[in-house]
Amino acid sequence: MEPSTHAAPQAPVRFETQPSSYHHWKLSFDGATARLAMDVSEEHPLRPGYALKLNSYDLGVDIELADIVQRLRFEHPEVKTVVVTGGQPKVFCAGANIYMLGSSTHSFKVNFCKFTNETRLYLEQACSESGQHYLAALNGVASGGGYELALACEEILLSDDGNSAVSFPETPLLAVLPGTGGLTRLVDKRKVRRDLADVFCTLAEGVRGKRAQDWGLVDQSIPKSRFDQTVIARAAALAATSPDKAGPGVKLPPLEVRRHDEGERAGADYRYVSVAINRGTRLAEITMLAPDEDPPSTAAALRQKGAEAWALRAFRELDDVLLDLRFNHPEIGLVLLRTRGDAALVLAHDAALASQQDDWFAREVLLNMRRVLKRLDLTARTLFAMVDAGSCFVGSLFELTIAADRSYMFDGSEGEGDAAFVALSALNFGPLPMSNGLTRLQTRFLGDPSHVAKVQKLEGFLDAPAAMKAGLVTFTPDAMDWEDEVRLAVEERVSLSPDALTGMEANLRFAGPETTETKIFARLSAWQNWIFQRPNAVGERGALTMYGRPERPEFDWRRT
Amino acid sequence: MSSVVNSERIPNNVNLSGDKKLQRALEAWQPKFIDWWKEMGPEGFMEDQIFLRTAISVDHEGWANFDYVKMPDYRWGIFLADAVPDRKINFGDFIGKPAWQEVPGEFRNTLRRLIVTQGDTEPASVEQQRLLGLTCPSLYDLRNLFQVNVEEGRHLWAMVYLLNSYFGRDGREEAEGLLERRSGNSDKPRILGAFNEPCSHWLSFFMFTYFTDRDGKYQLLALSESGFDPLARTTKFMLTEEAHHMFVGETGVLRIIQRTCQLMKEDKNGDARAQGGIDLATMQKYINFWYTVSLDLFGGEISSNAASFFGSSLKGRAKEESYPDHLALEGTYGMEVPVMGANGTPATFKHEDVPLRNAMNEILRDEYVEDAQRGVDKWNRAIAEAGFSVQLTLPNRRFHRASGIYAGLHFDPAGKPLTKEEWESQKGAWLPVDADEVYVKSLMTAPIYEPGKMAHWIAPPPRGIKGRPLDFEYVKRSE
Ligand SMILES: [Fe+2]
Ligand SMILES: [Fe+2]
Repeated sequence: MEPSTHAAPQAPVRFETQPSSYHHWKLSFDGATARLAMDVSEEHPLRPGYALKLNSYDLGVDIELADIVQRLRFEHPEVKTVVVTGGQPKVFCAGANIYMLGSSTHSFKVNFCKFTNETRLYLEQACSESGQHYLAALNGVASGGGYELALACEEILLSDDGNSAVSFPETPLLAVLPGTGGLTRLVDKRKVRRDLADVFCTLAEGVRGKRAQDWGLVDQSIPKSRFDQTVIARAAALAATSPDKAGPGVKLPPLEVRRHDEGERAGADYRYVSVAINRGTRLAEITMLAPDEDPPSTAAALRQKGAEAWALRAFRELDDVLLDLRFNHPEIGLVLLRTRGDAALVLAHDAALASQQDDWFAREVLLNMRRVLKRLDLTARTLFAMVDAGSCFVGSLFELTIAADRSYMFDGSEGEGDAAFVALSALNFGPLPMSNGLTRLQTRFLGDPSHVAKVQKLEGFLDAPAAMKAGLVTFTPDAMDWEDEVRLAVEERVSLSPDALTGMEANLRFAGPETTETKIFARLSAWQNWIFQRPNAVGERGALTMYGRPERPEFDWRRT
Repeated sequence: MSSVVNSERIPNNVNLSGDKKLQRALEAWQPKFIDWWKEMGPEGFMEDQIFLRTAISVDHEGWANFDYVKMPDYRWGIFLADAVPDRKINFGDFIGKPAWQEVPGEFRNTLRRLIVTQGDTEPASVEQQRLLGLTCPSLYDLRNLFQVNVEEGRHLWAMVYLLNSYFGRDGREEAEGLLERRSGNSDKPRILGAFNEPCSHWLSFFMFTYFTDRDGKYQLLALSESGFDPLARTTKFMLTEEAHHMFVGETGVLRIIQRTCQLMKEDKNGDARAQGGIDLATMQKYINFWYTVSLDLFGGEISSNAASFFGSSLKGRAKEESYPDHLALEGTYGMEVPVMGANGTPATFKHEDVPLRNAMNEILRDEYVEDAQRGVDKWNRAIAEAGFSVQLTLPNRRFHRASGIYAGLHFDPAGKPLTKEEWESQKGAWLPVDADEVYVKSLMTAPIYEPGKMAHWIAPPPRGIKGRPLDFEYVKRSE
C-alpha cells in the first residue's frame, strides 16, 4: 500500500544537472550531428531499492535527458540532428523501470509521468521550433517508454536484425497503459490504423522488421549490415533542412540558489525568484522580480548577456521552483503568485525580445519562457495571482495572472495606499501559446474572440477598475476588503479536496481546441492515473504488483 | 498404439490426411524446407547415399529404421509420443485441470514464442555444421554428422507442425521465418547466442553436440511437462533423438582424448601437439567456451518470464514428478548475487532468497550442470586409465557469461572476481584464441572417405552402427 503523505521524508529530488555528472547518457558531436546514446547505469537509480536493468529509466535518467535537450538548444546551435540510439547491446530502452513504479507513491508516479511527458514534448518541439531534428535509431528492443521516446522523435529507424522490435507491453503484461503519450502519438502523430494499433498494443513481444514498417510503427526497417550507414545518411539529410544559426552557443551555468528548511517553513531564494513554503497552512508563495536594468539593445548583445539575460534566468529559476513544488512538496495545495519590481523594465525587456525574434537565441529565450509557462499551466496546484501594490504583472509576467486559476487585484483607485497596475505587451498576443495552441488571452476569451483584439488596443498601465472592465482579473478588493478577502479565499481553498481540485482545475484550465499535447496530458490524467489506482493494476493481486513475482495476477472482470 | 501412415509425402502419426487444411499448409511449407535444406544443409553431399536412421513411427521398431537414403529424400515426418488418456496438468496454477488440447488464447503469444525459440535452434545447428562434412575424420563420423543434421531437420518439422496446427496465420509466418533466419548472419541472426557461434571444425562439433544439444535436452524435458498437450507429446518424442546427438558429442570428445593420450605417450616430452594431436589444454579451452555459451541458453537466474511460464503451466521442471511440490509458490532458492564494487568489479556477493518460480531457469541449469559433469568424469577416467593425472573440468558457472546476473562481470574459471584488465590479459589462457582455431583446423584440412580409416587426431570408436563393422561404407559417395 502507499505510504501516506506523512511518511518519513526522503531526500529531495533536484532537477539541475550538467554534462559532467551524467550517469546514463553519452553525448558526442560530429559537426551538425549529435549522437545521444542511452546507456543507463544499473547502479545509479535515483533512489535505492531497484536496479536500472535493460536501459530502463527512472526520474534521474529523465532529468538528464531533459537537461540534454535543453542544453542542445542553447549550448549547441550548430547541432541540427540528434541521433537517439541505444548504448547497450540488444536493447534500446525497456521503458520506465517497473520496480521503481511499483515502489513509488501515486503522486510520485503521476508527477514522474508528467515530467517525462514534458520532456518528450520538449524534444518534439526542438524539431518543430528550433530546427534540431531528433532521429531515433533503434538498434535493439524499444519497449514501453522506450518506444514512446522513439515516437517523440521525428523519424524512427529500426534495425532489422531478428531481435530489435518496438512494443507496448503495458496492457498485456502490467495492466496499465503506456504513460508517455504513446497511444496518442501512435494514432494521432504516426496515424497508425487503429485496428493495427489495437493488435500492436496487446502483443507483448511487439513487432519487428518489415511488419513494423508496413504498419507505420517505424519509418524504415533496415538490415543490420546497412543500419549505421543509413542512420548517418538520414541524419545528414535531416540536418540539411535546417538553416545555420549565428554565433557560438550560450552556456547554461548552474542556478545560484540558497535554500532553507526549518520545521514548517521552507523556501529558496534565486536571483529573480523566491519561494516561501508553509507546510502548516499548505501554502506556497512564489515571487518573481522584474529586471533591474535596461534590456540588451541588439540580438548580439542579448547573446553576449547569455544565461544572465533576465528573461532566460528568471524563467529558468521559476521552472526549478515548479519542479521542486511538484516533487518535494506534495502537501502544498495553493500557490500565491507575486511579482515585484519595475514594470517598465519588464515591458522594455519584452519589447526587445519581441523585436529580436529572428535571432536564434532570442527565439530560444522566448521558447523557454513558453515551456515554463506551460509547466505552470500543468502544475496540479491551485494558483492565485496576487496583483498588489508594487507588483509588476505586465507583459510576460501578466501571463502568470491568467495562467492562475484566479487573480486578486488591489484596487487603489480611491487613493488609499499605492495602486496596482497591469499592462500587456506583444508577448501576450502570440509568442507564448498554451498547449491548446491558443494564447492565454484567446483561451480566456473563448466566448468572444473579438475581445482579444479590443484588449490589444488597451495602451499603458491599467488600474483595477480598468483591468476588471477588460476582464483581465477576477476580483478587485480595495484597501478595506483586501486582507479579509485574500485570507478567506486562501482558507476556503485549502480546505477543499486536493483530488477534486486537481481534476476541476485541469478541466477548467484547458478550454479550446484539442492538440496532441492536450490529449496527451488529458488522457494521462484521465486514464493512466485512474488505471494506476485500480486494484487490477496495484491491488494485492494486481498485475503491476505481481510483476516479477511468482504468482500470476487476478482481475476483477467487471467493466466500468 | 498410434496409427502411422507412411505412404504419404509426410509420414506422421497425427492423422494428417484427416486435416486437409493442415496438410495443405505443411505441403506448402515442405518445398521451402527442401530449398532451405539444399541451400543451408550439408554442403556437397546431397547426392550421396547415407546409412541413416529414419523415424517412421514412435514405437520401438518404428523409430529406428536404418537404410541408405539421399538426404534430400529423407522422410522428415511428424511424430508425437502417444497420448496419455485423460492427461491432467501436473504443475503450476492450472494443476489438476485437463491438459489443453488447444492453445488457450491467454497464452497464445507466450506459447508461440516458446515454440519459435526452440524451433529456431534446430535449423540453426544444421547451418552451423554445414561445412563440417568437407573435413570429416571418417565415414563413420560423417554419417553421424548427417544423422544429427537430418534429425535437427525433423525437430524443425515438429515445431512447424505445432505452429501450423495451433497458431493460425501468425504460426505460418513464424514457420517461414524459421527458414529465413541464418546462423551467424548479423542481418537475420538466429534467436539465441550460441546458435550464431561458428562451429567450424570437428572439435567444436563434438563439444557442441555434447554441451549445446544437452541444453536442448533440458529445454525439451521442461517443455514435455507442458500443460499444452501437443507440445508435451512432440517434445517427448524429440528427446529420443536428442539422446543420440549427445552420444555423438560425448564419444567424439572421448575418442579425441584417447588419441591424445596415446600421442602423449609416444612423444618424448609428452606433447600431443608435437605429434599432430589436440592437446588436453586446448580441449579444456573448448570445453570452457561451449559449456558457458550453453549455460547462457537457460536464461536469467532470476526471471519473471520463467516464473510466468511455470505459473501458467506452460513450462515445467525437468522430470517434474521428481519434485515434491508442483505449485512452487512457497519455497525459495538461495542465490549468491554479485554486488558491484567501485570499478565495475564485483566486490562481494549478497545472499538472496529468490521465490522458487522466479528461479526456474537456475533449477533447470542445476540439472544440466550435474548431467554435463557425468561425461566429463568419463573423459577424466579415460585420461587416468592412460596413466595421466591431468583432469578436465567444467568452469564455474560465473565464468564467461553473457546473460543473467554475471553478465558484464568478469570471473576466472574458478569463479573468482576479476577486474576488466585482469580478464582481458588472461582470457586467452582460458578460451580459444585465433591461434587455437588455426591449429585445430590445420589438423582437419582434408576429409577421410576411405571406409574404416580414421583421421590422425582421433581414435576409432569401439564398434560400428547397428551391427555394421567399422569399415562399413556408411556414406556412399556419388562421385
Ligand atoms: Fe534438436
Ligand atoms: Fe540435437
